[in-house]
Amino acid sequence: MSRWALRIGTLGYLALLLLVPVGFVFYRAFEHGFGHAWHAVTTPAAVHALELTLISAAVAVPVNTVFGIILALALVRTRFPGRGLVNAVVDLPLALSPVVVGLSLYLLYGRGGWLGGLADHGIRVLFSLPGIVLATLFVSMPFVVREVVPVLREIGTEQEQAAETLGARPMQIFRRITFPAIRWAVAYGVVLTTARVIGEFGAVSAVAGTKLTLPLYVRAEVENFDTSGAYAASVVLALIAIATVVVLRAFHPREETG
Amino acid sequence: MAGITVLDVTKRFNGFSALQDVSVVIPEGSLTALLGPSGSGKSTLLRVIAGLEEPDGGHVMIGGENVTQQPARSRGVGMVFQHYAAFKHMTVWDNVAFGLTIHKRPRAEIEERVHKLLELVQLEGLAKRYPAQLSGGQRQRMALARALAVEPSVLLLDEPFGALDARVRKELRAWLRRLHDEVHVTTIIVTHDQEEAMEVAGQIVVLNEGRIEQVGSPRELYDAPANEFVMSFVGPVNRLGDTFVRPHDVEVGLEPDVRCSEAMVERVVHLGFEVRVELVREDGQHLLAQLTQEQVQQLELERGQIVYVRQSRETVFTS
Repeated sequence: MSRWALRIGTLGYLALLLLVPVGFVFYRAFEHGFGHAWHAVTTPAAVHALELTLISAAVAVPVNTVFGIILALALVRTRFPGRGLVNAVVDLPLALSPVVVGLSLYLLYGRGGWLGGLADHGIRVLFSLPGIVLATLFVSMPFVVREVVPVLREIGTEQEQAAETLGARPMQIFRRITFPAIRWAVAYGVVLTTARVIGEFGAVSAVAGTKLTLPLYVRAEVENFDTSGAYAASVVLALIAIATVVVLRAFHPREETG
Repeated sequence: MAGITVLDVTKRFNGFSALQDVSVVIPEGSLTALLGPSGSGKSTLLRVIAGLEEPDGGHVMIGGENVTQQPARSRGVGMVFQHYAAFKHMTVWDNVAFGLTIHKRPRAEIEERVHKLLELVQLEGLAKRYPAQLSGGQRQRMALARALAVEPSVLLLDEPFGALDARVRKELRAWLRRLHDEVHVTTIIVTHDQEEAMEVAGQIVVLNEGRIEQVGSPRELYDAPANEFVMSFVGPVNRLGDTFVRPHDVEVGLEPDVRCSEAMVERVVHLGFEVRVELVREDGQHLLAQLTQEQVQQLELERGQIVYVRQSRETVFTS
């Protein structure tokens, strides 16, 4: 009996909190037929927003992946002064409200900020692509690091040392021993990073100005009372999220409990 | 093939002295055991020789060449770790071939050599398996084949059988001994198990608290231990004041005799052919005697019985 109660309770909770709102967006988007929805997401503004989102993802995901792996290696495999501090700072983007991140970038690169002078040299950061990329880089930084660190700890150093005695150089050891051992963690981290980059609203909104990424576009359309555009763009975001979850499940089949 | 010379090697970890001025010569082609309790520095010494640990002072020579400054990859050592260090994402075949592919050997040579090695370690049929699909003993044989693949000048084994159960451990010991007779590569095996060291090695280096206590053949260590530590580490021992007596040198009789003392049987432990008799002398001294089953039957020993004991041989260390 209690098991049924648990199941119904869990499913009801998920349905009420997650499935109903998302489902409702789908319903409203396709309310007037597929053609209508397609038309709404292929307007120049919507396409531009999607492009901007994909470009920032194309920069932020690889950068944070490479940096995340290097940082994880440094944290686990080396001892350096301030390691504890670095370890704590990595979590900062998870703890900090994205709006604060956006605001800090705004203040840093804005008029009178420490790096505000860049604008005078023709380097526009705020209200353009660099600002958006910087904001997404910031908020999506921890995911690869956090996925890779525990796996590196778990695999230990013996395999790497064995490879070393067999004649492998540091890069060969990384490519042939370390990376294959952490590749699923990296993949999982990449998926989480991508999800965060594509969905980020708060930090980006503070520095984007008139530029619109997809989430910002949704907000703008709502404010313009063009709800069909907002619903259709939301569906695109939701589909990306669903694809992400599917990929994520594919990477972690072992977590299957049923 | 090459001998190894370790000269005044010192190693500290965060103020803890793991090795203190250790010097030892490992003859070419020998099978040497580094024997000692945990924390004695035996693994550290092996890792210093391998180049996986940098000594704070001293030198390591392999085949007459000073390799102290060389990285592990160019020392020509084959290393086997206690927990196998198997490359988990590679098949048995790829594990064994790893060193050869790193050295970019021709494909045909790799094929032939890996094949031969798998035969040597009796894993021919398991080449396509992954380490997770092997037993501990099989994994360790794979690790050994992998280390031998690059034709190392020295083979270093760090408690290679420590993670295996007793029966497999015994099998692998005998197998390692035979392998060494076949391959003749200078081999060092680290162990905390005196029986393992005695069974496998031609030369034993006893370490304690980062220092070498004695170097010698198994027989020399057992018959002429240099000090109290070696005496008690290489076999069970009774300590009677300043004198040390091996349990098999304790004679048990039913009649009082000269130089005998009275004792009471506390416990009789049957271990098959060997029978361990725990005694307490009239002066309260506890004593362990090692007898054969036959002797115990003749004496009809049982708990609480009064017997007479004397030492046929005893050792006193003057220091």
